[in-house]
Amino acid sequence: MKKYKFQLLSLLGATLFLTSCGNNNGQSGKSSGALNSSAAEKVYVAPGEHDEFYAFMSGGYSGNLTVYGLPSGRMFKEIPVFSQFPTSGYGYSEETKPMLNTSHGFVPWDDAHHPDISQTAGELDGRWIFINGNNTPRIARISLSTFETEEIIEVPNSAGNHSSSFVTENSEYVVAGTRFSVPIPQRDMPINEYKGNFQGALSFISVEPEHGHMDIKFQLIMPGFNYDLAHPGRGKSHGWFFFTTYNTEEANSLQEVNASQNDKDFIAAINWKKVEEYVNNGGGTKVPANYAHNVYDESTHMATSTMKKEVLTVNPLDVPGAVFFLPTPKSPHGCDVDPTGNYIIGNGKLSADLTVHSFDNMIAAIEGKKFDGEAYGIPILKFEDVLAGTVKSGGLGPLHTEFDGKGNAYTTFFISSEVVKWELGTWEVKDRQPTYYSVGHLMIPGGNSKKPFGKYVVAMNKITKDRYLPVGPEMEHSAQIYDISGEKMELLYDFPTHGEPHYAAGCPADLLKPKAKKFYRLDENKHPYAVLSPDQARVERKGKEVHIYMSTIRSHFTPDNIEGIKVGDKVYFHITNHEQDFDVPHGFSMIGQNTSELLIMPGQTKTSLWEPKQVGVWPFYCTDFCSALHQEMQGYVRVSPANSNIELSWSLGD
Amino acid sequence: MKTIHLFKLIPVAVLLVFFYSCKNETSQSNTSVTKTAEAAPQSQQGQAFVEDNVSNPNVLQIAIKSPDHTTLVAAVQAAQLENALVNAGPLMVFAPTNAAFEALPSGTVENLLKPENKETLATILKHHVTAGNYDMNLLKKVKKLGQADDTSVQVETKGDDIYVGGAKIIGTVKASNGTIYVVDKVILPQ
Repeated sequence: MKKYKFQLLSLLGATLFLTSCGNNNGQSGKSSGALNSSAAEKVYVAPGEHDEFYAFMSGGYSGNLTVYGLPSGRMFKEIPVFSQFPTSGYGYSEETKPMLNTSHGFVPWDDAHHPDISQTAGELDGRWIFINGNNTPRIARISLSTFETEEIIEVPNSAGNHSSSFVTENSEYVVAGTRFSVPIPQRDMPINEYKGNFQGALSFISVEPEHGHMDIKFQLIMPGFNYDLAHPGRGKSHGWFFFTTYNTEEANSLQEVNASQNDKDFIAAINWKKVEEYVNNGGGTKVPANYAHNVYDESTHMATSTMKKEVLTVNPLDVPGAVFFLPTPKSPHGCDVDPTGNYIIGNGKLSADLTVHSFDNMIAAIEGKKFDGEAYGIPILKFEDVLAGTVKSGGLGPLHTEFDGKGNAYTTFFISSEVVKWELGTWEVKDRQPTYYSVGHLMIPGGNSKKPFGKYVVAMNKITKDRYLPVGPEMEHSAQIYDISGEKMELLYDFPTHGEPHYAAGCPADLLKPKAKKFYRLDENKHPYAVLSPDQARVERKGKEVHIYMSTIRSHFTPDNIEGIKVGDKVYFHITNHEQDFDVPHGFSMIGQNTSELLIMPGQTKTSLWEPKQVGVWPFYCTDFCSALHQEMQGYVRVSPANSNIELSWSLGD
Repeated sequence: MKTIHLFKLIPVAVLLVFFYSCKNETSQSNTSVTKTAEAAPQSQQGQAFVEDNVSNPNVLQIAIKSPDHTTLVAAVQAAQLENALVNAGPLMVFAPTNAAFEALPSGTVENLLKPENKETLATILKHHVTAGNYDMNLLKKVKKLGQADDTSVQVETKGDDIYVGGAKIIGTVKASNGTIYVVDKVILPQ
């Protein structure tokens, strides 16, 4: 037996040997690309094998979060967050509609930007991932055991929630800063009176340690600049938060010109521990507000939306020593802090250079009271006093920087389409690699933490053009993965991403794999309309409302014949999936229903609303190919005229 | 049996070599070959070997744990039918007890377990499997069932008892992907 196996292997070996086409005996290693450099082998994850890292990519205008494996670049899941998602019925089912409630009513979409994984002691702990909705300011929390959105909190007094959603070292706070300054509170006033009147709110949202529930602890009401990106301090700078600003000109029109007048804008350094102490001692002003707090409960499988009516605001001038401005050239975009917590990098997006500030220098300057004036009463530190160094990159348009934990930083350059590797401390450029094309964010797993896993960097590009087979004018964005374990970066692979990824977050697969949930336990289902055994299945009428308590198991619905429904009724199908087996969902859809199908996971209850408008006998069916008898998994509802006397009845197999 | 499979593969591999032997000859690291050698044998791959200790057990997992069905399980393994029994189904498995196998003429089971009789054994086992999931009440309403070996079995009701292909149902176990009906006889295809 074994003997033959070896023969087979040696033959396979020979096959490999002889299949190395296209190579010219290693004459031109670079030109023959992936095969020769073994890049293919580095991203190849054999069938059935698992990737080394999870990558969570924001979906941008898809409103969602996608889950990928690295190094393969395979997409595993799209997690609906801010957008209705017919694939699962998120935002369509009665249980999940409240997740998308806001002070503006039901908002079925958002622009999802910057995912960040929860941390303990500065390291990824893999409990939750947070992401911001940019357009109608919201922060979402997603469970990393169910990979479902569990909570969304709206952020009042904010607009263009862009410098978000970054967590502090122990996930004390998830922080959300406003990109647009606005009148606070909102009021009817001339736009051209922006300057001096509009303000920018930086919101510190506390994260309850056990369940992760979010609550706005305080909002710091800052001058009317644009707060672009942010990162927490860590290690020695833990307790501080840094925000890049632009439009310190406070222009209200043609910002592309008018917001680029000042040679330098600021990085705002916030000592949040100081503000927290002030607030804990009764400081701050409670002001009226109106914002939604939506929480999904895993045991009832239902979300509830509560409108909150008050928020605590803090005037930075009331907390001396808590807020400073660090002058930073050229409308800085990304604001990144290195793993040691000492270096704060301002990526001046209109510049060729990177500005690196030193936390130690900043503290020394503050202690020495070396100020260079003030803006709206907030002290400005001297640029030269806080500067640690400048990276003369040779690129153009730096946007974001990540770290490998080995003393190197990697910065994306949008205009020159490249990732540049440079060394912290010497500010020397070590390597540069082109991206395809016009890169935005980049991601190293654990990049926003004390402990990055510096093996791969993923560059997420804004422009795709000819990277893949053309599919018309609209194309998915491209990403490239590079091996950064060596001196030089090595481009390994190129893959399309979904929506428009802005930032992404990654972590080792082993952090999440063992605790990923397989299904929901039926005996823990507390949904008020659940049926825990098929004999509880029934239909009840309450005036015009009809509630169908339905169960599913391979391969039928109980009940599957229903009569006595009338035109004009509101029919609620409450469907409980009785499977208790990994990866056996059932779906539900009703002909002519003005909503999406539902996908109900084992042990879960979901509700679908149908308002029949036409007399007839209308079928419904399971939308998931659940079993060999999936095509038999169907049923009928008889709809009679509004004035009919047909009694409600239901059955299975009669 | 297995050796025959491998011999069949060898000419295929040789063909592959033929087709892929392009103009260039370069040395190439053969780490992939090592990987192939480490991969689980073909007979141990598939859904039956997914690690999952929390889902409700499927028909195969239940049978493996049953002391009355060791012969059946050995036969399923010999016929390499594990993956079919963990499939989403739904499946009804009419599971003869060890005693039912012992009631066969002596030497029958031993003979069927021989590698050269794998196909025959598989056919017999599939004759005990229905793609469907009926409870006892539904079973009483049907006259025959279409089995996985593409033949049918008669269903008869005598009093409260149900006989499938002449074998009496003496127990019922619900599984995540169907139902196991314990029967007192091996049901041989006609």
